[in-house]
Amino acid sequence: MGLELYLDLLSQPCRAVYIFAKKNGIPFELHTVDLIKGQHLSDAFAQVNPLKKVPVLKDGDFILRESVAILLYLTHKYKVPDYWYPQDLQARARVDEYLAWQHTTLRRSCLRALWHKVMFPVFLGEPVSPQTLAATLAELDVNLQLLEDEFLQNKAFLAGPHISLADLVAITELMHPVGAGCQVFEGRPKLAAWRNRVEAAVGEDLFREAHEIILKAKDCPPADPTTKQKLMPRILAII
Amino acid sequence: MALELYMDLLSAPCRAVYIFSKKHDIPFTFQFVDLLKGHHHSKEYIDINPLRKLPSLKDGKFVLTESVAILSYLCRKYSAPLHWYPPDLHTRARVEEFMAWQHTAFQLPMKRIVWLKLLIPKITGEEVSAEKIDHAVAEVKNSLQLFEEYFLQDKMFITGDQISLADLVAVVEMMQPMAANYNAFLNSSKLAEWFMRVELSIGSGLFREAHNRLMQLADWDFSTLDPVVKEKISELLKKSK
Repeated sequence: MGLELYLDLLSQPCRAVYIFAKKNGIPFELHTVDLIKGQHLSDAFAQVNPLKKVPVLKDGDFILRESVAILLYLTHKYKVPDYWYPQDLQARARVDEYLAWQHTTLRRSCLRALWHKVMFPVFLGEPVSPQTLAATLAELDVNLQLLEDEFLQNKAFLAGPHISLADLVAITELMHPVGAGCQVFEGRPKLAAWRNRVEAAVGEDLFREAHEIILKAKDCPPADPTTKQKLMPRILAII
Repeated sequence: MALELYMDLLSAPCRAVYIFSKKHDIPFTFQFVDLLKGHHHSKEYIDINPLRKLPSLKDGKFVLTESVAILSYLCRKYSAPLHWYPPDLHTRARVEEFMAWQHTAFQLPMKRIVWLKLLIPKITGEEVSAEKIDHAVAEVKNSLQLFEEYFLQDKMFITGDQISLADLVAVVEMMQPMAANYNAFLNSSKLAEWFMRVELSIGSGLFREAHNRLMQLADWDFSTLDPVVKEKISELLKKSK
C-alpha cells in the first residue's frame, strides 16, 4: 500500500501537507476525514489516530501525526528541492525557528479567530461576546505584526530568498482568518506582497483548490443538535 | 567571539539547551538573563531577541531563538552522536513528532502548575482556587498519559534504545512542576523508570546542576521581584480572567 494522508482541508495543518505533497508530485491516497461531521471522533478513525486529530500520514505500517513532522518526513523521504528545508546550517535553522514559534502564537490566533468570528456563532449557534472576539482579533493583530517584523522583515520569504516550509505553514494559517472574513492583509502591504509571492511559488490553481473549503466557512450550515453535542467538548478543550 | 547562549535555568527550554551543550562539551559563554529581575525586558536583551524570550543563541552575527531550533542547530554544527537526532527516516520522524506535539500539549500544562500553585500566590498574595488547580493537575495527568501511551510506549526511550533530543526536551518540561512541589514522575512506574534512565544518560551531576535554580525557586524572596515583571504578570493575569 502506498502513502496515505488523512486530511480535512478545513484544517490549516492539513492544507499545508496537501499543498506540499501535490506541489512535489508525491503520490498519495487521500482519505477525507470530515471534521464538521465529526468523522475524526469515529471508531474507524480512532484506529488510525487514537488522538482523533488530523492530519495523519500512513506509510505502510508507519503512522505519523503532527503536520510539522509530516512535512519533514515527506521532505526527507521524497528528496524535494533544497529550498523547502535547506541543507545550509543557518538557513535550515531559520525554518526550524519559525516552525517552532508558530505553534503557540500565530497558529493559536488564527484558529481562535475563525472559531470566535464564524464557527461558534454560525456553525454551533453559540454566541461569542464582543469582548472575547475583540481580544482574539487583537491577539491575531499582535502575531501578524510579529510575523512581519521579526520573521519576514525585508526578505522575500520568511527564511530567506526562497519559499520554504515556513512560508507554507504560515500562509495556510493566515487563510483561516481570511476565511472568517478578517482583513488580514489590509494595511499590511509587505505581508500582502509576501502572500502573492507564496501563492505564485505554490501555483495559483493548487492554492485555490486547497483553500476552497476554508473560503466557504462562513456559509457552513448550522450543525444538527446531535453533531453539536458530539463536537462541543473537544472544541471547548482546544479553543 | 565564542558561541553565546542567553538563558535562565528557571526555563525548561533553557535547561535542555544547557544540558545538551555541557554534555557535548560545546564551548559557550553563559549569558545569564535573569527572568526574576526582568532582564529579558532590558534594552540589551531586546536587541538580541525582540520577542524577549529565552533561550537565544548567538553565533557570531547569527542569532537564533526557539530551543527546538537551537538544539537541532547544535546537533548539526557540533556533530553530536547520531542517536540524539537519528538519521533513519522513521526514527527521526518520531523525534520531530514529539517536538511538535510538546509545544501545546506538554509545555503549557507543566508551566501552568507552577503558576497556579507557586508563582501566583507568591506574587499576588492570593491563593488560586482548588478547582482551578485540580483542573490544571488533570491536564498534566492527561498529557503524561498521552506521553506514555503514544510516545514512550514500551520502549526504553522515545526512539528506542537510546536517548534523543525528544527525551531531553520531555524531561526538562516534566521537571518544571517540581518547583511547585508536584512530582510528575510519580504518575506511573514506567515514567519513573524512564526518568531514571534519562537522568543517568545525561549524567546525574549535570542534571542536578541544571535544575538547581528551579528547585530553589519556592525559597526565593518574592518581595524582591522586579516591579516591571510583577506588573506584566498582573496584566497577564487580568487578561486571562
